[in-house]
Amino acid sequence: MSTHAIKLSVNGKAYERAIEARITLADFLRHELGLTGTHVGCEHGVCGACTVLIDGQTVRACLTFAVQAQGSDITTVEGLSGPGGKLNVLQQAFQDHHGLQCGFCTPGMLMTLTELLRDNPDPSETQVRDALTGNLCRCTGYGGIVAAALAAARRLREA
Amino acid sequence: MKPAPFDYHAPRTLAEATGLLATLENAKVLAGGQSLVPMMNFRYVIADHLVDLAQVDGLRGISVANGAMRIGAMTRQRELELSAEIAQHCPLMRAALGHIGHRQTRNRGTIGGSLVHADPAAELPAVCAACDAVVEIASMRGAREVPFAEFAAGFMATAVEPDEVVTAIKLPLWPAGHGYGFQEFSRRRGDFALAGAAVLLDMGADAVVRRAAIALCGVATMPLRLREAEAQLVGRKLDAATIRSAAPAARALEPISDIHAGADYRRHLAEVLTQRALTDAAQRAGAAA
Repeated sequence: MSTHAIKLSVNGKAYERAIEARITLADFLRHELGLTGTHVGCEHGVCGACTVLIDGQTVRACLTFAVQAQGSDITTVEGLSGPGGKLNVLQQAFQDHHGLQCGFCTPGMLMTLTELLRDNPDPSETQVRDALTGNLCRCTGYGGIVAAALAAARRLREA
Repeated sequence: MKPAPFDYHAPRTLAEATGLLATLENAKVLAGGQSLVPMMNFRYVIADHLVDLAQVDGLRGISVANGAMRIGAMTRQRELELSAEIAQHCPLMRAALGHIGHRQTRNRGTIGGSLVHADPAAELPAVCAACDAVVEIASMRGAREVPFAEFAAGFMATAVEPDEVVTAIKLPLWPAGHGYGFQEFSRRRGDFALAGAAVLLDMGADAVVRRAAIALCGVATMPLRLREAEAQLVGRKLDAATIRSAAPAARALEPISDIHAGADYRRHLAEVLTQRALTDAAQRAGAAA
């Protein structure tokens, strides 16, 4: 059982911790850094609730060990809002379009869509649905989430 | 946390990686981790050591030379998806990539990891079977090249020994303008295929088949080539009747039955998907012209 000193940046803030190799990035964010916005659902890479960005790319934080994130730049749902906790365009669209109910899947949905809208500012509904296949929602359903993504894309293009 | 405790190693060179694998007991190689880590989280796999290849020099990238494409084993599936070389030289792989998991898993998952994990339903092993890929393997004992037909050794089993590392995959190129088709059926997008078919076709201007490759996934313990059906196609014009006559070869298989699908249903899927993939390949090869 090896212990490792890691340095990484989360939402622009630098952290250094000594951790056990088997700590997943999801558990590291939640238990070591107290960033509990990243949710842990299935813990085997199916539900997408734990999705975060590593160097701008979405990953399942339950399928990545924190030690693998050494030196990288991580964005979690806590990094999306503006000063004073002001919701960003995508987050606001979720609220406006009933894109969440219980909210458990929401952080993962937001991170997946953040990547999609960055890479493809004008996605079709099919492309949005395809991007969301890796994120499960068990209450609201996907209608409101897809509507929110398309509305956010429109607003971001107009901005 | 879910996995059992282990020691983590992040070698910087291939020599360092193979050195660790030669000396450590019960070590596993960590590539993208998208299959290994779930198995560790379930404790299906309990390793004493993980040797992470992410920092090892020279295991990533795609190059084309001397009629073959060489893909570094640690090249991420997402990189393959975005690669102009893959789109141009191996469009079959490009077509298959869209069926693999999700963006989040393709961002991490690697081609080498997929081949060594050897899930019988996985897409990349089927593509490698169709392409007659050659797998480059290294260890402290030396380097060797293994044809894919020998690499795939059974249910989730390969020719890779515990002290070895897959370093690259070499795909002999098919002629420019060749036909290709990849078809699979899964219950939900991104799930493992219940069955899938990968087809390559080389046809003359007269629409007569010069060479064909048909590989199936999900219907046996490992990817299967339908060599008799391929041989039957050669020298024939690929019209609808020929395609219908080739597909029943898929029915002679003895697929696995599990909670996802019975053997009969998989046989049916294999036949239908083979027919569809052949039709796609024929159209792309310009058979209609």
